[in-house]
Amino acid sequence: MSVAFSETGRAEFERLLTRYPDGKAVILPALHLAQKEFGYVSDEAIVYIAGLVGTSPAEIEGIATFYTMYNRKPVGKYHVQICRNISCSLLGAEHLIEHVSKKLGVRPGETTPDGKFTLAKVECLGSCGTAPVMQVNDEYHENLTVESIDRILDNLP
Amino acid sequence: MEKVLTTHFANERYRRMDTYRQYGGYEALKKAFAMTPEAIIDEVKKANLRGRGGAGFPAGVKWGFLPKDLSRPRVLVINADEGEPGTFKDRVIMTRGPHLLVEGIVISCFALRAHASWIYIRGEFIREARIVDEAIAEAYAAGFLGKNILGSGFDLDVTVHRGAGAYICGEETSLINSLEGKRGWPRLKPPFPASVGAFGLPTIVNNVETIADIPWIVTHGGETFAALGVEKNGGTRLIGVSGAVNRPGVYEFSAGVNLKDIIYNHAGGIKDGKALKAVIPGGSSTPVLRPDEIDVSYDIESMAKIGTMAGSGGVIVIPEGTCMVRALSVLMNFYAHESCGQCTPCREGTGWLKKIVGRIEAGKGREGDVELILDLCDNMMGRTICPLADAAVMPAQSFIWKFREEFDRHIGEQKCPYGNRF
Ligand SMILES: Cc1cc2nc3c(=O)[nH]c(=O)nc-3n(C[C@H](O)[C@H](O)[C@H](O)COP(=O)(O)O)c2cc1C
Ligand code: SF4
Ligand code: FES
Repeated sequence: MSVAFSETGRAEFERLLTRYPDGKAVILPALHLAQKEFGYVSDEAIVYIAGLVGTSPAEIEGIATFYTMYNRKPVGKYHVQICRNISCSLLGAEHLIEHVSKKLGVRPGETTPDGKFTLAKVECLGSCGTAPVMQVNDEYHENLTVESIDRILDNLP
Repeated sequence: MEKVLTTHFANERYRRMDTYRQYGGYEALKKAFAMTPEAIIDEVKKANLRGRGGAGFPAGVKWGFLPKDLSRPRVLVINADEGEPGTFKDRVIMTRGPHLLVEGIVISCFALRAHASWIYIRGEFIREARIVDEAIAEAYAAGFLGKNILGSGFDLDVTVHRGAGAYICGEETSLINSLEGKRGWPRLKPPFPASVGAFGLPTIVNNVETIADIPWIVTHGGETFAALGVEKNGGTRLIGVSGAVNRPGVYEFSAGVNLKDIIYNHAGGIKDGKALKAVIPGGSSTPVLRPDEIDVSYDIESMAKIGTMAGSGGVIVIPEGTCMVRALSVLMNFYAHESCGQCTPCREGTGWLKKIVGRIEAGKGREGDVELILDLCDNMMGRTICPLADAAVMPAQSFIWKFREEFDRHIGEQKCPYGNRF
C-alpha cells in the first residue's frame, strides 16, 4: 500500500525544500512529517520519502533507525515516555515507571492490547528542574507524582 | 545583581515581539548595524564570553577562525540540542525570551557576514520549537529578518531544524551531519567547521545562551559584560539546579557565583532536611564533587582547578542515602545507549562500563571489577573521534575515586546495601 502526504503536508514539504541549500537536509523534517501524518514511519513512508528526496530507501532507512524518535513500528494512541535519567531518578522516576507498568499491565517497550498506550523509558528530556518528567505524544508533564500520573493517564480519552 | 537574560522572564508576554520591544528589544540590532562587523567581534572578545554549551571556548576567538576570504558563504548554526542530563536552561530562553535568541542571531550573523542560520532544536522540544518559530515569523514580519533588514542592505534567513532523539547530535560535527539530513555521526577534525562545516561551508556553531547574550553585549559594551563575571569568564550564566533541593530551577548568576551558595542559599538547601552526599556540577559528564569540595567559585577556571567543570551549567544535587553505584549505573546506561558506535574504544568501552557497573549494583560484582573499570577508562580517554567517550569516563572515574568504599562494599557483600533503589 503506498502512502502520500496530505495537501498541507505536501505544501509543508515544498516549503522545507526552500530552507536548505541541499535537498537532502529535508530528510529529517520529512520523517517527522511522515510520522505526524501516518502515525509511524512505515516501510511505505520510507519508500515515499526516498522518492521525494531522490535517494534510496536504504539510505532513508539508515537515517530513520539512527534516531530514537522515529517509530518504525506503530505505537499506541498515547506514547507514554518516562524519563529514567539521573535527576528524575533522584526524585522517584524508577518508582513511577514501575507504577505505570503495573497500572497499564505492560513493560517498557510494550503496547496495551487495546492499542491505547505504549510505555517507554527515555533518556533526559531536558526538563530536570521539574523532575520527574514524562512526555505523552507532543506534551510534557512535569513534577510528576503517582497521583498526578494517575490523573493524567485516566483522563486521556 | 544585574541580569543579562532573565529580567523579564516572569512576564508571559515577553516572548512576543511587541512586549520584547517595549523593553528595548531590537535596539541592540540597530546599534549593531551602525557598527562594523569587526567592531562587534571586538566587543565580544572584550566581553570574555565563553561558550555556554559545555566546552567553554571563548566565543570571540572562535568567530575569528572563519576564513578571511568571503568567496564562500558562511553560516551560523545554533545548538539547541540541550541533551546533557541535568541541563535545562536553553529551554527557558527559548520559551521565555525567544527574541533574545533571534536578535542575537541577527547581530551575530551581521558580525560574521553570514546570511543563513539554522537553529537545531532537540526533537522532543516540540512546544519550544513552535515558540521559536513564532518569534522568527514575527521577526520576518517586522523586517528584522529577510531581505535588506532595516534598510541596511543585510539579508538573513533563519530556520528551525528539529532533531529526532540522539544525545550525540549535541556534539557540533554530529549536529552538522544531522542538519544535512544524515545520521548524526561526529566527523573527524580537521577540517574544523570554521573551514568546512554545514553544507561544506565555513560554519560557526554556538549554544543558545551564548548567542542570547550578544544583544546585551552590544548594548552595554564588552567590558561591562566582562565585569559581571570574573577574570577570564565574563558575564552571567544560567544555572539549572536539579535533584534533591528545595527550589530546583534555572537561575541567572554572575559567572563567579559560589557553588555552595547556589545549593544552600538560592536553591533552598537539600530536600527533606537531608545531608548532602555529592554534587555533579556541570551536567552529567562532569566529574562529581564531595560536599567538602563545593565551596568554590563556579567559573570555568576555578572549577578546572579542582578537577571538574562548570560544563553546561547543570548542577545535580545528590542527597545522603543515595546509592552512588546505582546513580553511576544510570549514567553508564545512558552513555552506552548514546554512543554512535563509530569508534571501537567508545562503542565497546561504554558497553563494558554499563555491564560492569550494572553487575556490581546487582550484587554480582567480582574481585578486581573496580580496577577493570579504571583500566577501561584509561583505554577510552582521548582516543576517539569525539569527546563522548571522555564524557562517560569522567563520571566513572570520579565516582570511583571519591566513593570507592561503596563499590567495594557492593562487591564484598554481593548486594546493594541500599536495596537496589534510589
Ligand atoms: C556528546 C556531546 C554532546 C553535546 N551536547 C551539547 C548540547 O546539547 N548543547 C550544546 O550547546 N552543546 C553541546 N555540546 C558541545 C558542542 O559540541 C559545542 O561545543 C557547542 O555547541 C559550541 O557552542 P558554544 O561555544 O557556544 O558553547 C556537546 C558536546 C558533546 C561532545
Ligand atoms: S567517541 Fe563515541 S560517540 Fe563519539 S564518534 Fe566515537 S563512537 Fe561516536
Ligand atoms: S533527568 Fe529527567 S528530564 Fe533530565
